[in-house]
Amino acid sequence: MPSFPHSLASPARFRRLSRRVLPWASALAAGLLGVGLVWALGFAPPDYQQGDTVRVMYIHVPAAWMAMLCYAVMAALSASFLVWKHQLADLAARASAPIGACFTAVALITGSLWGKPTWGAYWVWDARLTSVLALFFLYLGHMALAGAFDDRERGGRAAAILAVVGAVNLPIVKFSVDWWNTLHQPASVLRLDGPAIHGSMLWPLLTMAAGFAAFYVAVLLVRIDGESAARRVEVLTRRRAAGA
Amino acid sequence: MAEFLDMGGHAATVWPAYGAAAAILIGLVVASVRQASRGRAELERLEGGTGERGGR
Amino acid sequence: MTRKRRRMAFLAAGLACFALAAALVLAALEDKVTFFYSPSDLAVEPVGPDARIRLGGLVVEGSVARTGDGLTTTFELTDGAASVPVSYTGVLPDLFREGQGIVAAGRLVGGAAGARVPDAVFMADEVLAKHDETYMPPEVAEALVEAGYWREDPPR
Repeated sequence: MPSFPHSLASPARFRRLSRRVLPWASALAAGLLGVGLVWALGFAPPDYQQGDTVRVMYIHVPAAWMAMLCYAVMAALSASFLVWKHQLADLAARASAPIGACFTAVALITGSLWGKPTWGAYWVWDARLTSVLALFFLYLGHMALAGAFDDRERGGRAAAILAVVGAVNLPIVKFSVDWWNTLHQPASVLRLDGPAIHGSMLWPLLTMAAGFAAFYVAVLLVRIDGESAARRVEVLTRRRAAGA
Repeated sequence: MAEFLDMGGHAATVWPAYGAAAAILIGLVVASVRQASRGRAELERLEGGTGERGGR
Repeated sequence: MTRKRRRMAFLAAGLACFALAAALVLAALEDKVTFFYSPSDLAVEPVGPDARIRLGGLVVEGSVARTGDGLTTTFELTDGAASVPVSYTGVLPDLFREGQGIVAAGRLVGGAAGARVPDAVFMADEVLAKHDETYMPPEVAEALVEAGYWREDPPR
């Protein structure tokens, strides 16, 4: 696992970089999501089987991808924090968890709404749905652990261990539809013999996915800023209390 | 317009899904921005009090 | 540097152990993790007459019939190798049609030894449509059928 580039590891330098990137990421997210929404709701064709319920896919699938990507990022940051004790990695992992939890919630809720007319049920306990629910609880567990200790360092370490161990769930989520019989259909886009989805639906989907990714970067930068301020406040308060 | 809103009879699936996603993601943005600005303000107050410089 | 190395090794070993444990648990739970059985599975491992199971497969073309009251639907469910007659009373999901993949939950009734496929009927109390991974506009689907390119998906 690569260490952070040295230039990024310093909080002050990171902050300067983050300030420069944030407007671009925000504008990119707003633009891509705006175009993607109009495309998905107004111009993409209905599906030959699902009719217009297929439009739920344009948020469900990117949200589910981001839910997994976010967790992978969080697990990598956590491993790097445990091994090299990078403070910035701890801050970024803490900042990532609520975003991932939100993406997972969006994927679960939209999928459930789509399941009712398509499958005939809001929820079934098949391997895909169950493992994504587990992913959601891993995010909640991480958020709870990170704030559970008076000693911030200890909370960060406990949460980081959970994040790394929970990464085992990622391949289970991804391959559950191939390994076992599930009600959830197998992958349509990320599969070996090319997407099983028509171009007129694939492009708006990819636009939305890019918009979600830019949204993630923008919110992540804001949250890292918030986390680093909170950390600094805690250090100063403690120092003052010790001095008084 | 009415036809668009009807979503081929699936309005009850499509609109709640988009609505829920929008509510969650906009809520996340608002909460994140608020947390960051509150943190920065608090830090400024603390550092302003002692003249201590932060950020290393 | 050595301490970092050691932490890294601990982390990697811990993760590997946990992954192994998870893989073993999932392998042991294979039956529970599997959401449905196929008609062929029933022929190989008979289930008891009272066991509630899920059965998944394709609705055989031309097999769907509705009984007099219009509420009960009977059809054959196949995975290509074996098929089971199914009877269901209730509202079917939108996607239910001949040739569609579905999952039915219920009990196998009749037939010697509980599960001799030829003379047993699967009494379903729930029918879920299984959607496949193909997404396309209706015009494209029509064009594919007309051109004779429609691939009949091999049953899963």
